[in-house]
Amino acid sequence: MPGRNLAALIDIDRLLSDEERAIRDTVADFLSDHVRPNIADWYENAVSPKELAPELGKLGLLGMHLEGYGCAGTSAVAYGLACQELEAVDSGLRSFVSVQGSLSMFSIHHYGSEEQKQEWLPQLAAGDAIGAFGLTEADHGSDPAGMSTRAARDGSDWVLNGSKMWITNGSVADVVTVWARTEAGITGFLVPKGTPGFTARDVPRKLSLRASTTSELAFDNVRLPASAQLPEARGLRAPLGCLSEARFGIIFGAMGAARDSLLATLDYADTRVQFDRPIAGFQLTQEKFADMTLEVVKGMLLALHLGRIKDAGELRPEQVSLGKLNNVREAIKIARTCRTILGGAGITLDYSPMRHANNLESVLTYEGTSEVHTLVIGQALTGLSAYR
Amino acid sequence: MRLGMNIVVLVKQVPDTWAERSLKSSDNTLDRESVDAVINEVDEQAIEAGLRLIEAHGGEVTVLSMGPDRASESIRKALSMGATKGFLISDAALHGACVMQTATVIAKALSTMEWDIVLTGGESTDARLAVLPALLAEATGAAQLTQARKVTVEGSTVSVERVNEAGYSVIQASTPAIISVLEGTNEARYPSFKGIMAAKKKPLQTVNLGDLGIAADEVGLAHATTAVTSFENRPPRQAGAAVKDEGDGGVKIADYLASRKLL
Repeated sequence: MPGRNLAALIDIDRLLSDEERAIRDTVADFLSDHVRPNIADWYENAVSPKELAPELGKLGLLGMHLEGYGCAGTSAVAYGLACQELEAVDSGLRSFVSVQGSLSMFSIHHYGSEEQKQEWLPQLAAGDAIGAFGLTEADHGSDPAGMSTRAARDGSDWVLNGSKMWITNGSVADVVTVWARTEAGITGFLVPKGTPGFTARDVPRKLSLRASTTSELAFDNVRLPASAQLPEARGLRAPLGCLSEARFGIIFGAMGAARDSLLATLDYADTRVQFDRPIAGFQLTQEKFADMTLEVVKGMLLALHLGRIKDAGELRPEQVSLGKLNNVREAIKIARTCRTILGGAGITLDYSPMRHANNLESVLTYEGTSEVHTLVIGQALTGLSAYR
Repeated sequence: MRLGMNIVVLVKQVPDTWAERSLKSSDNTLDRESVDAVINEVDEQAIEAGLRLIEAHGGEVTVLSMGPDRASESIRKALSMGATKGFLISDAALHGACVMQTATVIAKALSTMEWDIVLTGGESTDARLAVLPALLAEATGAAQLTQARKVTVEGSTVSVERVNEAGYSVIQASTPAIISVLEGTNEARYPSFKGIMAAKKKPLQTVNLGDLGIAADEVGLAHATTAVTSFENRPPRQAGAAVKDEGDGGVKIADYLASRKLL
């Protein structure tokens, strides 16, 4: 019953169209049949479920908010709701879909040539190919403008040198959108798997996003034809545009992880008896539940509000910062508070909240750290940049 | 030459099988308000069977449901899975209809359409009578192919594998035929996002009893051939019995199962 009670209290369904609800419910049904029963094992054994990609493609999840080339062409709100269901299962799974759709596919869709779109988008949408996005470097995270990866002309070809770090899907990707410094500024390239000089190795010993592949990419004199360049991408603005897309999904996604933590814990508190009664009946527990529910409702409303603005084509990057900062910050607090209610049981993979909390440590940092999003909001309010 | 088949899939909207279900104390009918409504699970497999047949042979799948207006949600889901069009029979006078009335009304609706095959699930998870397919075969004069786990069509011959205690028998008939499928016939597909968006534009016709030429005062709870005279809530679950294994655990479990007539 907690699920029904929470849904009735939040009652956000009345703000959604039939189509939005149908898309959300389809994602939730698929995940509960095929992913949820396995996710704790995948997390424990660090299995990245890339064989799910064709199934996700069949639903239409990959690049779902893009138009044409085999993409479903849904609204931004529908995309956000799908991210919410994905992250309610695991942030690693949502990361996979975010990178495929909002970073890899979006970069090709918005900045690619017609030939690049025809070659890659249909197979990425179907999940027959996997994409990745290389912007961050080991020494250049929040300040990507300082990147050291470089591409130089050699005749009509390009020669790429450098490395990228923390790249989701990196070692499993069939094509990576790589950003490098050239004489003309930051430039994007499509680097297919197996290109001589391009190697990837996975980041070992992760304590977060374990059901997701994270890699380091190395480019050692990688020769690319002129046709590998993304012709419409000019300067750092291009990759930052992609990041804004992926962050948008996180605003919804984080609330999925929070909701799932809350539901798992409501269930537990109902059956866990101490001092001869269920711990759900204690005032301190109820206060935690009430506070967490308030933040879930507020976070979901904020996500939906930003989604409607995005569907109107008017969403500004600083508004995305507002959503990402709030919703990830609150989600990780909720997951941690849920763990306190679960007591000792909460430190195992039998309950989702600590897994969510561990995952959200990454989500708090990637796609713009909380600190940077704070300063973006500060700059939007004051007109003064505190970091540049 | 035939241009594909006309298949009608009968779909029932039922209360979520996994939720706590109850009857209303006012008239002993199903309480539909307090639980989520879903497509009867095995009906989804009938939809899948229908979609596979038209994918192989061409044709159209019409999804037919009788129920309150809300049953249109279930039809819409079937349309998003790929069905061609929907047909909803909805009339307040049908509240509390028994299975005999349901068969009469659906047979009447079927008489207004052209169809080769009617597919439906073997039983609904709410009423669990499993007799509607047979009643419809009787009412329409079509062949009755029930308890099927596999459906194939060649020309105007339909073959099904009917599950029986020994395994299965192969039953064949000429169209028109009424086929009921069992759980496990095939895995129903999920609607794709493109399918969900396309479903909004697919035709869904809603008719009432008057449209079908049926008098409202012949149907409904007051004229039903069956009635729920009383009901009690399920007793609270009893604590389970623990079997202590002292080397004879297997025997004790077997004895217990035998005492419950499960062995």
